[in-house]
Amino acid sequence: MHELSIATSLVETAARNAEAAGARSVVSLDLKVGALAGVEPDALSFCFPVAARGTICEGAELRLEVGPGSGTCAACGGKTEVRDLLAPCPACGAWPLAVEGGREMRLESLEVT
Amino acid sequence: MCSTCGCGRADERHDHAHEHSHGAGHDHGAATPSVLKVEQAILAENDRFAAYNRGFFSGRGIRCFNLISAPGSGKTTLLEKTLEALLGRGRSCCVVEGDQQTDNDARRIARTGAPVHQIQTGRACHLDAHQVGHALEHLAPREGSIVFVENVGNLICPTEFDLGEHERVVLLSVTEGTDKPAKYPLAFRSASAVVIGKLDLLPHVDFDVDEALRLIAGLNPRARVFRLSAKTGDGMAGWLEWLSAGAS
Repeated sequence: MHELSIATSLVETAARNAEAAGARSVVSLDLKVGALAGVEPDALSFCFPVAARGTICEGAELRLEVGPGSGTCAACGGKTEVRDLLAPCPACGAWPLAVEGGREMRLESLEVT
Repeated sequence: MCSTCGCGRADERHDHAHEHSHGAGHDHGAATPSVLKVEQAILAENDRFAAYNRGFFSGRGIRCFNLISAPGSGKTTLLEKTLEALLGRGRSCCVVEGDQQTDNDARRIARTGAPVHQIQTGRACHLDAHQVGHALEHLAPREGSIVFVENVGNLICPTEFDLGEHERVVLLSVTEGTDKPAKYPLAFRSASAVVIGKLDLLPHVDFDVDEALRLIAGLNPRARVFRLSAKTGDGMAGWLEWLSAGAS
């Protein structure tokens, strides 16, 4: 359960950007989290209000978009979505796939007033 | 349970079947929200400290190894035997110990003669780069030395936190399940080396080394794999050689 650390880091990043822009409060945060990132979206959403308490982000809405993982099959060369690092290639059944995307954890934008 | 925020406990009593209302009891004012583009990694702050640590090491010709495993996999014993061997060869080494509580491991490590700094993480389940940076201030490692970080026993949380290490070592012992790499794929995927330890116990357990090797190779084809027993010394030579390589 490292999501509180991640939520705290998220709040600090958001606050720094909002304050630099002269904002009074943060209304919402848009996040992109890869399907293969080591963070549980539900746990992060649960921890966020705790981390945001007493900061410019208090009461803000957290919008979390889970981006797909992607990879290439070494056997057949096919590009595919990767939901799980242990899943075989849906086209030819080979494993492992060379995983290319899906590890990101990024604060995309903020809505501020 | 990692009770950093107590949410695990709260979760047991808290029904999530309902929608969370934003609440109507306050006024956001008439101001129209404006959108700020940020596009920054959420762990950018940790990554910044990690980059600082990496610079600290590189500028002094120091190699840093971050040891990650489940509790009880034998990290401390492996480290004790490793330190005895390296110190015996005249290598300078020091250790950053991470545990939720107690300094038992630090006291074990100190008996080898290596300088050690204990970080008690309290309720947190991992070390972060900021903590390691402060530990380095206490340890003041010598130029050309080796710094070992023994992370908190946990195969999930430490995976996400870059400490600025050169090599990440994930330790798996044969007393654990063969399928551990499959259960914790992110940890094994992020490792530059995997140690399969407690090999002396293999005749007494059902661990399937070939299957574990297949899973590790599939998740992380670039990882170096060492099979060893810190207790008997079997397989330690290759491990020690790898640790020593690249360090001045």
